[in-house]
Amino acid sequence: MLKAHFKKKLPTFELEVDISLSDGILALVGPSGAGKTTILQCLAGLQTPSWGEIKIHDKAVFASERSVDIPIRNRRLGYVFQDYALFPHMTVEKNVMYGKPQKGSIPNKVLTVSNVLEMLKIEHLRNRYPNQISGGEKQRVALARALMTEPELLLLDEPLSALDQDTRSALQQELLKLQAQWQIPFILVTHDIKEAEMLGNQIIRLEHGKQQEIRKLNKAQ
Amino acid sequence: MEFSFIPIILSLKVAFAAVIIVTCFSIPIAALMAKREFMGKDVVESIITLPLVLPPSVIGFMLLYVFGKNGPLGKLFEQWFQTRIVFTLAGAVIAAAVVAFPLMYQAVKVAIEGVDQNLEKAARTLGARELKVFFTITLPLAINGIVAGLVLAFARSLGEFGATLMIAGNIPGKTQTMPIAIYFANEAGDTTQASILVVIMTVFSFLVIYGLNRWGKRSQRDRIPKGGTS
Repeated sequence: MLKAHFKKKLPTFELEVDISLSDGILALVGPSGAGKTTILQCLAGLQTPSWGEIKIHDKAVFASERSVDIPIRNRRLGYVFQDYALFPHMTVEKNVMYGKPQKGSIPNKVLTVSNVLEMLKIEHLRNRYPNQISGGEKQRVALARALMTEPELLLLDEPLSALDQDTRSALQQELLKLQAQWQIPFILVTHDIKEAEMLGNQIIRLEHGKQQEIRKLNKAQ
Repeated sequence: MEFSFIPIILSLKVAFAAVIIVTCFSIPIAALMAKREFMGKDVVESIITLPLVLPPSVIGFMLLYVFGKNGPLGKLFEQWFQTRIVFTLAGAVIAAAVVAFPLMYQAVKVAIEGVDQNLEKAARTLGARELKVFFTITLPLAINGIVAGLVLAFARSLGEFGATLMIAGNIPGKTQTMPIAIYFANEAGDTTQASILVVIMTVFSFLVIYGLNRWGKRSQRDRIPKGGTS
């Protein structure tokens, strides 16, 4: 499903990535500055690796040797930013609608905004603006917006780090549920090892750009 | 001498036309300069900003050279459109646009650079092409800076004197804009005409700037409401 093997030169170290993921949640854990976000951005196409190959569904979206570098918009992945990156001048509904695929482009799933808003329990926020809702609600909107594009892979950059403990626990459960429902792999960046253990089926610990430890956890899906 | 409204109308025509031209050019150029790196960017940036620091007489001289009867663009206009630029209202518009351009450009560029890049990245991950990102994210979020630029460009165009006088001259009823009419009325000792124009110019400039500022604030408030439950 996702196979990525690449290197990226960063100012103080070289990032080396070798990940393979078919289902479930991969948790990337490590201290700040270890290169976790850079990995996500390389996968998404927001940054370019120095060398290597990234395949999604056996299709190369990046291959340095063949000069393949598919633009972000055609990679079919959802990205949830650390600060949510909700568009401040659009309502919740417009935010969620922003990436909705045009009719006919994706035949297998038919998603309406109402489905997604309902699934994330944010229907009542439809007409609010991002600065009128709480952090947890923003996170749900960001998730809804990413899922609305019907991605094949969801990337989450420290999605829960800015939330209080209660909201955080609730959203952790929600993420597990969403993943089971959606049946697409998630890659989740976190600096909290407990969170990684709770959510991940696979955990990669990253330090100075190197994968120090890879663990697979057997969980009932 | 009887008071004439024509300089006011001419000035407004010139300022509006100049602002339209400046807007059309400054937004794409500012977007390009804010987003792309290329060779010689600093040189281009300096050239764009040059009219801001050059004396209007230097700009007037240059415009006369370029748009004059034997100037490169002057010839082109003569051949293609059978019209002249020098000593026409078009010349006044060009002079106003050239001096107003850097003000608008700077304001737009700063506004575009001020838009959170994560929002633009988010739009790209949601499948948006660059043009969609620009028109749905960058531009709406930069609108206050753009309005500020419009205000400055309009005010500068309205007040343009030196370069206008050199390229468009002082032809009453044809190219005599307010600032030029004030200067020549005063020179001729017609202080009544001069002082009426001075008052109109001051009040009008004030109202335009005040109104546009208010509009800028209100439109921001409407788009991004404050308060709530966060």
